[in-house]
Amino acid sequence: MKNEGSHISSYTSHAVVLIALLALTAISVAATEWHFGAFTVGVALLIASIKVATVIINFMHVKHESLFIKAMVSGVFVLFAAVIVITFIDYYLR
Amino acid sequence: MNASENGSHVSFLEHKGKYKGILSWLLTTDHKKIALLYLYSIMIFFFVGVILGLLMRIELFKPGETIMDAQTYNGMFTIHGIIMIFIIVIPALPAIFGNFFLPIMIGAKDVAFPKLNLFSWYLFIIGAIFGVLSQFIGEGSPDTGWTFYVPYSAESSTNVIYALVAAFILGFSSILTGLNFIVTMHRMRAPGMGWFRMPLFPWSLYATGWIQVLATPIVGITLLMVIAERVLKIGFFDPALGGDPVLFQHLFWIYSHPAVYIMILPGMGIVTEIFPTFSQKPVFGYTAILFSSLAIAFVGYFVWGHHMFTAGISYGSRWFFSFLTFIVAVPSAIKVFNWISTMYGGSIDLKPPLLYAIFFIFLFMIGGFTGLTLGSVATDVQAHDTAFVVAHFHYIIFGGMGFAFFAGLHYWFPKIFGKMYNNTLAYAGSIVIFIGFNLLYFPQFIIGLQGMPRRYFDYLPQFQTGHQLSTIGGFILFIGLIIMVYNLVYHAKKGAPAPSNPWKGVTLEWQIPSPPSHENFEEIPQIKNHPYFFGESTGNK
Repeated sequence: MKNEGSHISSYTSHAVVLIALLALTAISVAATEWHFGAFTVGVALLIASIKVATVIINFMHVKHESLFIKAMVSGVFVLFAAVIVITFIDYYLR
Repeated sequence: MNASENGSHVSFLEHKGKYKGILSWLLTTDHKKIALLYLYSIMIFFFVGVILGLLMRIELFKPGETIMDAQTYNGMFTIHGIIMIFIIVIPALPAIFGNFFLPIMIGAKDVAFPKLNLFSWYLFIIGAIFGVLSQFIGEGSPDTGWTFYVPYSAESSTNVIYALVAAFILGFSSILTGLNFIVTMHRMRAPGMGWFRMPLFPWSLYATGWIQVLATPIVGITLLMVIAERVLKIGFFDPALGGDPVLFQHLFWIYSHPAVYIMILPGMGIVTEIFPTFSQKPVFGYTAILFSSLAIAFVGYFVWGHHMFTAGISYGSRWFFSFLTFIVAVPSAIKVFNWISTMYGGSIDLKPPLLYAIFFIFLFMIGGFTGLTLGSVATDVQAHDTAFVVAHFHYIIFGGMGFAFFAGLHYWFPKIFGKMYNNTLAYAGSIVIFIGFNLLYFPQFIIGLQGMPRRYFDYLPQFQTGHQLSTIGGFILFIGLIIMVYNLVYHAKKGAPAPSNPWKGVTLEWQIPSPPSHENFEEIPQIKNHPYFFGESTGNK
């Protein structure tokens, strides 16, 4: 199967991802100082999702996988997003 | 002549590995032995759950306090639910039959991660022990029901934390098993076995595996949030702390409704293997059954709100979830149509596994139709939290998953143990179980519609006849279970030797000796045909 085997990432790329994660953590803390009203949870989830995607793509090597695997991982994100959106729509409609 | 018949075959039970005695079981990484570890442990916990159920039925034989007080009854139905749901019906089919037969049916020597597989069993045992301990130690058995609804579960002075930790650990076991199976099917199918040549039981495990991996973490986090609320007083769900109890119900049912499909999809996969074998013809509508499994898994994610119609969710949410609940009935109906069509025109041999599979269809249909009653908002308001709901989910979970489990046990018993059971006892057991089951649960539909609430240890006199019939049914069911277990346990040791293929099955597990060898296959098979290829005369390629 294509894309099998090990992939050795450079220290530079690891460092870049680490800095990105630290920056996003700082942003998520800073975001608590702002009042987004109904979008408070949405903003927190958006930042958290970017962090998760960064880890999955780089540290879990999804960027080296086949299109099929990438599509499946993306599908999982879409599924979770749908579940969360449906839950919060209920809150807005109550 | 196969290896077993010429005497050179060494089964996995006789295989001399690195360890001897009990350690050869406790440290095994053989998927078949791990499956048996699950089988034995689940059967023990099953009888604990059954005994608790019988004690509740005795209490309900007449109004008022009979053998226990209200608080003890609350603990009984909570632990009965936790044991049956989290320890038995969620893990049983994937962990027992999936572990044993998935690698064999796809032509592999083991699962992708054998050590992780054993670790999953240890997690399962630790979680199960926590669950049972919560009944006996500390501040008294948890009394929240298996659903742990807040704010009560955040405030109850009983052992709720033990039960929450148990469910959390059991969830991890389930996630790891699902992950293992998904990777196994992606990476270890035999040469020539494309996705559309994979048998339908593995397909059902594939759909189940995705639910296990994607839905279980949500309930795990939710249960941790309840623990945090109890211990640290963080207000997630308790209105007194600024939380929202409806959020708990959303998060709980986002997992726990798909969990119903974790329970039932492998059961559907099992009977899908049984119907072609005992009809001696290919399964009708292979592709339709396959995609209906995936459709159930997918649509099943979006119907959780039908548990919350009376919990204060919005009007728009109610019709949205009601509509999708009716949609998810369609792929289930497709399967029933295909199972019956598989039998149509076949050379039917009504052996015990097929009888159990037919009982499964009958009971699952009753459970399914009454589910539509509960999926409709107007009728759900009438039946919510009544004995009708208790009857409905027992028809789905016990009538569906339970009877599929018994069907699978009788179907694969000769392959697992290399022995044949007594057919007469198997027929007797199945019929007694079927009669007892219906007498136990059907009256609960009627008294439920008349207004009998669930989870009450006392009731008004007009419900007494229904409760007494139900209790008698419970004891008949128990007798049937004893007959079945006696037959299987006795003949696992003393039964006549089983041939490789006693039922004339065509999937890969029937092409190897009974019981299988340590590595399943002497050579990895090359797959050249459809999994249900009964020969040219059937018109199947």
